[in-house]
Amino acid sequence: MSDSLKRTPLYEIHQRHGGKMIDFGGWELPVQYTGIIQEHHMVRGKAGIFDVSHMGEIEITGAKAQEFTRYLMTNDVTKLKDKQVQYTLMCYPDGGVVDDLLVYRFSEQHYLLVVNASNTDKDYQWILSHAPEGIQVANVSEQYAQIAVQGPKAQEILQKISDTDLSQIRFFWFEPQVKMAGIECMVSRTGYTGEDGFEIYLPAAQAAELWEKIIEAGGENIVPAGLGARDTLRFEAKLPLYGQELGPDITPLEAGLSTFVKLDSGDFIGRDALLKQRENQPMRTLVEFEMIGKGIPRSHYEVYKNGENIGYVTSGGHAPTLGKPMGLALVQSRWSEPGVDIEIMIRSKLIPARVTRGAFYKRPQK
Amino acid sequence: MKVPTDLLYTNEHEWLKVEGDRAILGITDFAQEHLGDIVFVELPELDAQVANGEAVAVVESVKAVASVYTPVSGKVMEINESLEDSPELLNQEPYEQFIAIIEMDDPSEVEELMTPEEYEQFCREQEQELG
Repeated sequence: MSDSLKRTPLYEIHQRHGGKMIDFGGWELPVQYTGIIQEHHMVRGKAGIFDVSHMGEIEITGAKAQEFTRYLMTNDVTKLKDKQVQYTLMCYPDGGVVDDLLVYRFSEQHYLLVVNASNTDKDYQWILSHAPEGIQVANVSEQYAQIAVQGPKAQEILQKISDTDLSQIRFFWFEPQVKMAGIECMVSRTGYTGEDGFEIYLPAAQAAELWEKIIEAGGENIVPAGLGARDTLRFEAKLPLYGQELGPDITPLEAGLSTFVKLDSGDFIGRDALLKQRENQPMRTLVEFEMIGKGIPRSHYEVYKNGENIGYVTSGGHAPTLGKPMGLALVQSRWSEPGVDIEIMIRSKLIPARVTRGAFYKRPQK
Repeated sequence: MKVPTDLLYTNEHEWLKVEGDRAILGITDFAQEHLGDIVFVELPELDAQVANGEAVAVVESVKAVASVYTPVSGKVMEINESLEDSPELLNQEPYEQFIAIIEMDDPSEVEELMTPEEYEQFCREQEQELG
């Protein structure tokens, strides 16, 4: 591996646990430990622990932090209460996406944004370039390690080493001060796997200690999981990935994320373009599809209808829980209805597929 | 990593077992290990005429797509259809599971292949390159 790759505070741990390290957007991170599929099933069935320390953290503070954050985001952060988390997007004036992220509200004057690792510098510069007098923007990514514990047994495992009743943290809420194994952490009930679970933020220096304590508390019920499983889990749950479902040339409305775009409650960057797109209907729509013929659809494969190229696959692959290949594609909107037969170009052959809806993984309700 | 001593090897990590003018083709332990969980195998057509160096099959893991090349020219006599339903067999027993059996046009082509010793050395070098 090149020396220029960045390492998280958990690098030594990954080596010790047999993690197979890869270059992930400039970070040296484990793609898997024992195997992607096994790790995937463990997270769906029990629990997995992920190092997500590469994620970026940007702090916005100041008397008018709320107003400013609202102006940056497609979602309405003014709806948040203290200790609440929101999924949102930041757009360019033309409606393309700068990044998708989580906003944590500590108070009306203090927000923490958790952004995609490879976008951290870009996001920071973007936010800084719009910040008015009296707003402080700080890239605090280096200070934090982040550990995600995901799966139906996540709460039970973490409760053993936690001083706080974790059942009191609801989905998309957080507690800024939780002691885990004696270590001061911030804990949110969030994740990127489609399962129940938590994301734990803590000082980089203590990350390795907490990781081992969680593994110990979890015993047979937890395994370390790598980026490979993180991707199959998020994909199977139809959670978007920046660079695939989202990007500067794809708007949130095209990506089917209009729930997170509040066009009727205050101005924000990109609003005019998105209002116009809503009126005219987007030309492209993100669809789910399943394969009828044999083959595995992959990112960037072309999609055809009646011999014409109508779009491309954004994410695709073998969905381990569903046990079959699935895909997401950005296609011309007129071909986006469930039941429409399409074809995927796989190695110069057109393979039949069909647009579906609701076929992706949903966590069973308790 | 296993490298059986009764087989020949390519630098694309295929193995070949030679029985007279029949060549049995598969992928090595190194190949399956580096691919990770294999979830799809596309086999050659039965009776197809294939040429030395041609991609005759595709093996896909969760993360990667890899072509399988034949190091010999000839006709596809047999394919391992069980891989279509159970591609993971290639992870479990790479040397028990063949991809195809080829009737060779020119059995002298196998002279170009690596011996087990050469292949083991080759893998060590690759490991170093991959870090």
